[in-house]
Amino acid sequence: MKLNRRALLASGIAALAMPRVSFAQAETIKVGVLHSLSGTMAISETTLKDTMLMLIEQQNAKGGLLGKQLEAVVVDPASDWPLFAEKARELLTVSKVDVMFGCWTSVSRKSVLPVIEELNGLLFYPVQYEGEESSKNVFYTGAAPNQQAIPAVDYYLEELGVQKFALLGTDYVYPRTTNNILEAYLISKGIPKEDIFVNYTPFGHSDWSKIVGDVVALGADGKKVGVISTINGDANIGFYKELAAAGVSAETLPVVAFSVGEEELSGLDTSNLVGHLAAWNYFMSADTPENAAFIEAWKAFIKDDKRVTNDPMEAHYIGFNMWVNAVTAAGTTEVDAVSAAMIGQEFPNLTGGMAKMLPNHHLTKPVLIGEIRADGQFDIISQTEPVPGDAWTDYLPESAVLEADWAELKCGMYNTETSTCVQLKSNY
Amino acid sequence: MRLTALLVAALTWLAPLPALAQEAAAIVAENRDMIEKPSRQTIGPVISAIAVSGDPMADDILSAWADKRLVIRKSDDAMFLAAPEGDGFALTDLDGSTAGNAAKGDFTELKPNAGVRGLIETALVQFTLSDPDPARRTAALTSIARDPTPEALEPLRASLATEEDPALKAQKERLERFLTLRFDPDPAARVTAIESLAGDISLDTRGALNPLVATTRAAFAGDPAGNVARTLAVGRDLTEAEAYDLLVAANLAPARLTLEEQRAALAANIVDGFVGGIPVAELNMQAARDRAYTALEAAGTVPSAATDDEAKAALAAHRFFEVFVEPDATVTTAATATLASIDRKVAAMQAADLGLDALSLAAIYFLAAIGLAITFGVMGVINMAHGEFITIGAYTGFVVQLYVPDYTLSILIALPLAFAVTFAAGVAMERLVIRHLYKRPLETLLATFGISIALQQILKNVFGTQARPLTAPGWLDGALTFNDVVSISYIRIAIFVLALIFLGFFLYLMKRTRLGLEVRAVTQNPAMAASMGINPDRINMLTFGLGSGIAGIAGVAIGLYAKVTSEMGADYIVQSFMTVVVGGVGNVWGTLAGSTMIGSLQKVIEFLNPSNTLAAQTYMILFIILFIQFRPRGIIALRGRAAGD
Amino acid sequence: MTRSFFARNPSALIFIAFLALFTLAVTLMSEGLGAGLISTSFVKTLGKTLCLCLVALAMDLIWGYAGILSLGHMAFFALGGYMIGMWLMYARTEEIVVAALSQGGLPATPEEVQQGIATQIFGVVGSSDLPAIWSFAHSLPLQLILALAVPGLLALVFGWLAFRSRVTGVYLSILTQAMTLALALYLFQNDSGLRGNNGLSGLQNLPGLGQTSQDLISIWFFWASALALALGYLTLNWVVSGKFGSVIRAIRDDEARVRFLGYPVETYKLFVFTLTALIAALAGVLYYPQAGIINPAELAPIASIYLAVWVAIGGRGRLYGAVIGAAFVSLLSSLFTSGRLPDIPLGPVSLNWVDWWLVLLGLAFVAVTLLAPKGIGGLFDRFQGVIPPDRKGAPLGPDDGSLQEQEAQQ
Repeated sequence: MKLNRRALLASGIAALAMPRVSFAQAETIKVGVLHSLSGTMAISETTLKDTMLMLIEQQNAKGGLLGKQLEAVVVDPASDWPLFAEKARELLTVSKVDVMFGCWTSVSRKSVLPVIEELNGLLFYPVQYEGEESSKNVFYTGAAPNQQAIPAVDYYLEELGVQKFALLGTDYVYPRTTNNILEAYLISKGIPKEDIFVNYTPFGHSDWSKIVGDVVALGADGKKVGVISTINGDANIGFYKELAAAGVSAETLPVVAFSVGEEELSGLDTSNLVGHLAAWNYFMSADTPENAAFIEAWKAFIKDDKRVTNDPMEAHYIGFNMWVNAVTAAGTTEVDAVSAAMIGQEFPNLTGGMAKMLPNHHLTKPVLIGEIRADGQFDIISQTEPVPGDAWTDYLPESAVLEADWAELKCGMYNTETSTCVQLKSNY
Repeated sequence: MRLTALLVAALTWLAPLPALAQEAAAIVAENRDMIEKPSRQTIGPVISAIAVSGDPMADDILSAWADKRLVIRKSDDAMFLAAPEGDGFALTDLDGSTAGNAAKGDFTELKPNAGVRGLIETALVQFTLSDPDPARRTAALTSIARDPTPEALEPLRASLATEEDPALKAQKERLERFLTLRFDPDPAARVTAIESLAGDISLDTRGALNPLVATTRAAFAGDPAGNVARTLAVGRDLTEAEAYDLLVAANLAPARLTLEEQRAALAANIVDGFVGGIPVAELNMQAARDRAYTALEAAGTVPSAATDDEAKAALAAHRFFEVFVEPDATVTTAATATLASIDRKVAAMQAADLGLDALSLAAIYFLAAIGLAITFGVMGVINMAHGEFITIGAYTGFVVQLYVPDYTLSILIALPLAFAVTFAAGVAMERLVIRHLYKRPLETLLATFGISIALQQILKNVFGTQARPLTAPGWLDGALTFNDVVSISYIRIAIFVLALIFLGFFLYLMKRTRLGLEVRAVTQNPAMAASMGINPDRINMLTFGLGSGIAGIAGVAIGLYAKVTSEMGADYIVQSFMTVVVGGVGNVWGTLAGSTMIGSLQKVIEFLNPSNTLAAQTYMILFIILFIQFRPRGIIALRGRAAGD
Repeated sequence: MTRSFFARNPSALIFIAFLALFTLAVTLMSEGLGAGLISTSFVKTLGKTLCLCLVALAMDLIWGYAGILSLGHMAFFALGGYMIGMWLMYARTEEIVVAALSQGGLPATPEEVQQGIATQIFGVVGSSDLPAIWSFAHSLPLQLILALAVPGLLALVFGWLAFRSRVTGVYLSILTQAMTLALALYLFQNDSGLRGNNGLSGLQNLPGLGQTSQDLISIWFFWASALALALGYLTLNWVVSGKFGSVIRAIRDDEARVRFLGYPVETYKLFVFTLTALIAALAGVLYYPQAGIINPAELAPIASIYLAVWVAIGGRGRLYGAVIGAAFVSLLSSLFTSGRLPDIPLGPVSLNWVDWWLVLLGLAFVAVTLLAPKGIGGLFDRFQGVIPPDRKGAPLGPDDGSLQEQEAQQ
């Protein structure tokens, strides 16, 4: 938030400084990496940039792709949303990349969308998000709400018997939309609207005493209360500190978080948080040989034995490998051919089972629920069968009638009631 | 409720089994799959079966399972109880015999989820309510309180007589009352239990009483059935749409036609470019569509839908009530009365709690602003880098904790060290930059802003963008709890005390020391002060260093309760300036008044609009802007000569 | 005094000529209309830089000439952007919705179109009703009027309140900063009706021009920005070179004396405050369709502070200084943060420009404030041989602005 204009004009100068011809006939396949390396999102996104560099290095060691070496083109959109659009345009028109991996926040993706749809680029988006979108040019390797939020709520309802919900979130699009979907879902499950408490706080909020007090007070009518947290980033630190201070134990008032993973917990003393929950498609503690190999390779690449792995990293791992296989299958890096070859690709998850790319450009993934351990890792206490990602949620009336299918219907927003394609381009 | 049903089902399922016929190990073996992947929905009967098996190992098996100590050996898939011993684990067979040792990698633990663990604990209650270990008795009580069941009432009453620990006995009696008022078959006993709780504001009391007065809304054509709480008037207590939905839900009226359905029906009935005699091109207005639909209705091609008049008539023909879920009227009456007395008390307590929250926030703002009150308020220097001094203080705390693992000691070192570091930084800044700009206050603002972005970026480069932990000593964990409504965490109390100390220190310094006198003299008239033998340069330097040093200490305090990032100071800078300006420049009482006002205001707005904290901050700033328009000199304005221009 | 405006202000003529040459050169090298030597994204960057220069001009008038350090002018800039963004989003969505609804067999009713647009725009942020503030979004003329009227009125009301109660100096700076912070926090809320943190996006796609390439659109906007900058420069040059300019400079130097001379100081200040807000809004209207997205972070206080930084480095109190400062600092800043400059190895550590550029900027800024208050514009004085009085040294009298030691010796 704090960086506005300082990096605004970056792309242009760089573009001018680089003679265009040097890119015209390169003998490498170019992979654009569009993650913020400075600004507020750098903390999360830098890790993903490193993940991509590692994956590309591994692929080159295996002999590259289509007989050519892969070349990473890394740019820094500096957590500045307009800059994401500029950098994407620069990657596509100046560096002429064949594929891009990038973005973290929804707003950055929405900023990039018009550019890649105009120029027919290809983007792999690795983060869990609010859904309600399926672009021809984007593959969503993170979780849609039905792959993270809904199973977590089911777990609350069925396994913990929670009857009253506190939906706490940072005030931006992901928590807003997710909470809307959850509210509709809970009402459909018979939870009355009065029993759903919603609160939004600004980014980086630190004064949590009143909100935690309010949530504890929800238990006054004898119902079991559960917290669903979509609180983002460093605001979580104050929140968990206040929870611990208020003596709220996971047994009486469980908190399930959708944005807190191994990386975030490494900045916290977790001994007071044992038993609180997180829902993801991947946990570092998953006990499979693929995961062990991935963690080992990561620690070796980053040269730090203490670094953790997390869910968006796995998303990039699956997305990148699927792209490699799709390119091999298509025999070209041309976007339309690769997009067509992507649908139906299968690749093993790090947590076991196969991820499959669906016609709506989302993955099937298992949903894992973990309990925080004292060492900052998670005990996986529930793992579902692979859940197909749903671009348009079934729990909001406007979205329930929509469908995305790029294989048969060739449409990302298809109204099944009127059997028409509402629009080919995405909303942004 | 659902849980109760499960347990009842479990007991009936068990009934045909001959008592004590099966060993716990056998039950486990029989239900191996379910035990490995348990779900709260289905595991109940298995847990009950183990619990009532009468096997002396049942207690151990269940406890181990709940503690994630029930393990499966990888080599032979056999199940054991594991207990840590030395480097590895001692294994015990399910029938109680020892089974050697194993290393951690040799087995996988079963990890039942919290819901299943709750069921296990409930089942264990019968073993643990009279357990010789008070800790296990307490755990049993917690378990009952969490999932009250009718079955727990008898064992609880039975265990009351033998309980010797007075604290636990009181807890048991209390719990017995909660169970009685919910599950006792005798209404008189329930009413007695309810009335005995009058005026008890604790959360579990309200949690026990509130379900008794839960209501549902219902529509009735004639007289209402059930225990009516109150009559609802359409238009006042519920909207017409809500009322009609109730009718539809109760099958007392047909559903109304939505616009989408109307559109679909019309589109399905296009005949030669006409719908119901109206050309399709004209159907771009709602009125035309209504006419077309009526025409189709008349022709019988579409089902008739309730019109507005019919809906009104249906509403008029029915009455709407709130009905208690609890059928017994004497119980609900007693519970309502008791809750009313409790609610009055709770409201008063909530006000007190809000007051505490407001005080705590005011203390935080005061701490963040007091350094600024010195540099800005006394010297008139705008220091935009004040926020970064706060950050430096917090990072000093972080670095100290890296080297001094003892949290208490490290905080004791960090506080003076943070003061020293930021004092030095402040003095350096004053010497190098601010000294040259005393005549140009606007440019001080800009220059210090330059320092601020440079410092922030340096901190980011050194410490990274990640939040760093600054952990409070153990004795500051937890909260001071007056009752279930009013409580405040110790860390906030510590911050409050720190703020008070600084207020006292500041007052003492300014009013009682030579330095304070000289500072005041230089502030009012530097030339005259200089001619009295005071060195204004030195005084300015010290004053500025002092203000910066206090910011450093504030940084440690703020880092303890929130986060430590390179941007934490920037979050406080605008707020701090406003605190000083609102309170009145040049007066520490003004800063106090300003922070109290801003803190309380923010809490009150949050209270009025609990679901949106951002709105509270917005309205607070708007209020401040307006406030300054009408009291440009702040709450406590200096008068006379000291006020300057 | 019959000499023409340009004869009295030769710098204006030079500036316009330079700007025209620059525009022509960029056009000839662009991908849309010329040889394709510079990429479309760089044309957009240059177009945006021109808009930033325009808002810097406004900042120079209010700060450099009138002495009011407003730290909230980017709020007006962004508000202008929001207003034009509303029309862009509405009209673009309307096209899509009408096309989609007409597939359903029945022609759409106005209510359905409205509902469809609302769902499309606000579906993203979990709502489906069009807030009241979007009432005029269907009309470009109305929304253009709003783009100037909303920031203008805000400036008028805020300025009237502030100047009326004689809030001056740093207090005013803090107050304007609070204003932009309050506005940013307000817009960050989803309930504000402007899509909260997501803001308005896809603004580069002009309604009705779906088939037109961005190569061309970028050049059109570049021309519009250049034209706006030229007109803005001429207007402001005319404003400051007349009697009005003398009065506001006098207010900057000694407000009380001007008041005693009988001038309505508050009215002058209010006029300047509102005029500059309007210019900032105009710059915003042209800027955001090129940026493509606007969100509340654009209103954060830091943005306005950077505006002051540009003007200070360029040189206050001279219009070309502001333009040079804005262009120089923002272009340099992008060069350093592009991540393409090689790291400088310094023994064991290497100096990464992305990391250290802000430190450099901050320190450079301190140095300019301390040592060269005239900024880059001061260099032009050297060329012209204008030697300002050296005002260093101890003051000889008790009041601010009294003769200084070294002046007295001359």
